[in-house]
Amino acid sequence: MTKITPDVVDHVTKLCRIHLTNEERKKFTEQLNQILTYMDKLNELNTENVEPTSHVVPLENVLRKDALSPSLGSEKALANAPDKHGEYFKVPRIINGTE
Amino acid sequence: MELNELTAHEIRNLLESGKTSSEEVTRAVFAKIDREDGQIGAYITLCKEWAFDRAKTVDRKRKDGQAMPPLAGIPIAIKDNICTRDIRTTCSSKILENFFPPYQATVVEKILASDMVPIGKTNMDEFAMGSSTETSFFGVTHNPWNLEMIPGGSSGGSAASVANDEAIVSLGSDTGGSIRQPAGMCGVVGLKPTYGKVSRFGLIAFASSLDQIGPLTGDVEDSALLLDAICGHDARDSTSVDVPANHAKALSGSISKNIIGIPDEYFVGGLETEVETAVREAIKVLEGLGAKLQRVSLPHTDYAIATYYIIATAEASSNLARYDGVKYGYRHKAEKGLSLSEMYGKTRSEGFGVEVKRRIGLGTYTLSAGYYDAYYLKAQRVRTLIRNDFEKAFGKCDCIIAPTSPTAAFRIGEKIDNPLQMYLSDIFTIPANLAGIPAISIPCGLTRDGLPIGLQIMGKAFDETTILQTAYAYEQAADWRTITPDGNKL
Repeated sequence: MTKITPDVVDHVTKLCRIHLTNEERKKFTEQLNQILTYMDKLNELNTENVEPTSHVVPLENVLRKDALSPSLGSEKALANAPDKHGEYFKVPRIINGTE
Repeated sequence: MELNELTAHEIRNLLESGKTSSEEVTRAVFAKIDREDGQIGAYITLCKEWAFDRAKTVDRKRKDGQAMPPLAGIPIAIKDNICTRDIRTTCSSKILENFFPPYQATVVEKILASDMVPIGKTNMDEFAMGSSTETSFFGVTHNPWNLEMIPGGSSGGSAASVANDEAIVSLGSDTGGSIRQPAGMCGVVGLKPTYGKVSRFGLIAFASSLDQIGPLTGDVEDSALLLDAICGHDARDSTSVDVPANHAKALSGSISKNIIGIPDEYFVGGLETEVETAVREAIKVLEGLGAKLQRVSLPHTDYAIATYYIIATAEASSNLARYDGVKYGYRHKAEKGLSLSEMYGKTRSEGFGVEVKRRIGLGTYTLSAGYYDAYYLKAQRVRTLIRNDFEKAFGKCDCIIAPTSPTAAFRIGEKIDNPLQMYLSDIFTIPANLAGIPAISIPCGLTRDGLPIGLQIMGKAFDETTILQTAYAYEQAADWRTITPDGNKL
């Protein structure tokens, strides 16, 4: 039933921000097809009246007291940043245009 | 016998009677690592200085006559997806190669509060995605029983470190069998607790509805002791549940009134004859101890792998979206004029390994518009059927016994180019994660080639006590503990 074309692979990798080489793209198409074909096995089961399980522990919303507690602080929070400027994470330009 | 070859509870006796010190035990562990880890590759990062500091502090406390927790002074290895403050935590990925967490995982806080001695961070499949510890950015881990074999995965380093006496106990994580399968293949004890039993705060997320931290140890008593040390409610993990922690004390309870379920669907084609024989022998031993056997059926077992790889990859694709090269982790060394979006793409393409990319892609596809119902929602419904199977079966028995894996350890490289074949090796461990129930793997024999075979015992949610008692009773009767990889390796 499922057939993944290289175009679908391109769409998916664009969604998840991963670039593939041509060889990887070919291999992925083949492997994803194989895996998804295997997953079609689930269609043998009638699940019309079955509730989905998103979590195994039956929990309602878990709330905590709205109270102040210590947090990391900007120095520690920035310590692992690949690039920073003062107290900010630095990223490439987002909006096109001149300086 | 060297100190590092003993179990934690044996060392505890020596420490309490003043016959050794934590410093001496720690020294024995590092001596073994120095001699052999070059060939095993169990560790990514060692924290030697910190370990000796702590060992000495614990020894001093003990000398001062302070009351010590049961595992005080015991060296422990930690899987490298568990955050250790200011100690590199890589998840075996290039994308986290230089990540130094600014906080401590709850389990790490707990083992420190138990006065344990962290030795280092163990190798694993990248982001815990794998069954062989071959997908690590830092190289493969070798099985101590035969260096040409995989140690299992994804907690392969944690299992190998204990099996090779390079740690006394270790922590792993189990999303689809990542504690039990390597424990089985390395001949140690591995316990996946009930979902919610141990806080996941500080465990780098793979599939949040399935992940659970647990102990890998030399025997069942150590497993119970370490579970007692790490379990309990944590306000920082809203799925964690408060339950009493006294598993070690309850170990020796009689199993003569227990009913053990034997599931038809776990003794089928694909199960290696030697594995089946060893597991059936183990069942006879338990029957000899007075346990009653009961045939049970888990009819949806055959659908577990498809269900799991839809749910786990979907959750992974979402969890791993955070690796974008902005706040921490690897970033593509920018060429001038690169846009933000291009930077994301290059960072992720260069930072993730091939299996991680495959799973992110798979998860992104099954969650994408038009496919969500057909895959993700369908899998969640089948997950309910699998849970119901267990609920029904546990109406007739107290625990369920099965093989941990269909085969013993396979050869390094054997399945790495065939992802589906690799996924299928998790067939017997995945159902417990989908159902959220606890399960333990203990050694139950060796193949003709001298590789360990794992016996799996699954229990009702939050009833670790029954599976630990059953495992303990079997271990005492069969005593595979006396067999170690020493002598047939290196």
